[in-house]
Amino acid sequence: MNSAAVSPADYLLLLADNALILGQRNAEWCGHGPILEEDIAMANISLDLVGQARLLYQHAAALRNDGSTEDTLAYFRNEPEFGNLTLVELPHQTALAGTARGDRDYAVTIARNFLYSAFMALLWERLQQSTDETLAAIAVKSLKETRYHLRHSRDWLVRLGDGTAESAQRMQAALNHLMPYTQEFWAVHPAEAAAAASGLGVDPRLLQADWEALVADGVAEAQLQLPPASGFVPTGKRGVHSEHMGFLLAEMQSVARAHPQGQW
Amino acid sequence: MDSPAGLHAVAAPHAGLQARAWQVLEAVTDPEIPVVTLRELGILRDVRTAADGVLEVVITPTYSGCPAMGQIEDDVRAVMQREGLEARVVTQLAPAWTTDWITEAAREKLRAYGIAPPGRCSTSAAAGLAGSAGAPSALLRFASPRPGQQATVPCPRCGSGNTTETSHFGSTACKALYRCLNCMEPFDHFKPY
Repeated sequence: MNSAAVSPADYLLLLADNALILGQRNAEWCGHGPILEEDIAMANISLDLVGQARLLYQHAAALRNDGSTEDTLAYFRNEPEFGNLTLVELPHQTALAGTARGDRDYAVTIARNFLYSAFMALLWERLQQSTDETLAAIAVKSLKETRYHLRHSRDWLVRLGDGTAESAQRMQAALNHLMPYTQEFWAVHPAEAAAAASGLGVDPRLLQADWEALVADGVAEAQLQLPPASGFVPTGKRGVHSEHMGFLLAEMQSVARAHPQGQW
Repeated sequence: MDSPAGLHAVAAPHAGLQARAWQVLEAVTDPEIPVVTLRELGILRDVRTAADGVLEVVITPTYSGCPAMGQIEDDVRAVMQREGLEARVVTQLAPAWTTDWITEAAREKLRAYGIAPPGRCSTSAAAGLAGSAGAPSALLRFASPRPGQQATVPCPRCGSGNTTETSHFGSTACKALYRCLNCMEPFDHFKPY
């Protein structure tokens, strides 16, 4: 894809897809949380994320002006059309085959929410100055919510990292597992480059130093080792996803596809 | 655009309708917290007359994913219809809703209902936010409050400031769970947003 082929709506879809897919993932804890308060917390965080996704999809649909709606964008696009980061689609386990089953690990959930919400807090903060008034308004709201998500995940990072030998070992394993995926934050997509040039969006590389400082600060307080973000750079933004994405979409989209136009 | 004189000629007959709409809407309470009205919470932003002469009721969402927003829209539409007022409900994102818009009277009602009202965003953002030693100061705006630096949330039952947060998230996205260490009662705190 070259920059001439991207539109402002494509940038909004990258943001929306991240929020929707992580909202879907985190919602898997609903009814299965490790303790009642965390079950409720994860449901609330998912609601915020799905709410942010809805606002972004509605705005993208309006810009596209091609008959698409928030529902067609969420339920009737196929895997290669989703531009979410690979990080947000991964299951709540450390390395696991797509077809395998295993107990969810809350340390993975916390590590991901920490790494992602640190990035999004910085991004939403900048997007408040977007030249697109609607995106700026969404950013103002989303920043308020993302601050709470960051606070929540950072507190649990510290509690588990600086906890028992078992919790520290699992928190460290989760960080080691997820850190390489964060490299994709800084791999600029043509829609991001175009949006940064027009003032709609932000070049994510401008956030990298602050993000690294935020993450290092939390990891140090948690008495954990900061693993390197190295190795293969994931390609979710470009629509090339992990083996887990199809399973997630199947679960999320099957009802809408079985009953298109269904109302209840 | 109409001349100012033309605008006045149109606006005058609508002023009465708008006033009545405000009056009618005063009866609409929050679906989750029925002791406070949408106006008191700052969700009801405006009642205006659109270019086509139809009344527009402007509401603003609280949290992006608040499931009550759909109910609020339905409630507004229902009460307007019951009173024979034709109106559209318009959702407006900017300026973003903040708990600072909750009126003093509503804060008192929340307290009486058992929900500790939110502190001011402007002060709570400045007070009690600090990272661990050595954190770059530019990042302190995202850090968690340290023990002892968190704004005091007085217990809505006994008034004691000796309270502790048990969970960042409560029964709804807008609330956190607290516990009073004096009277031992758990309670909801409406978070500053």
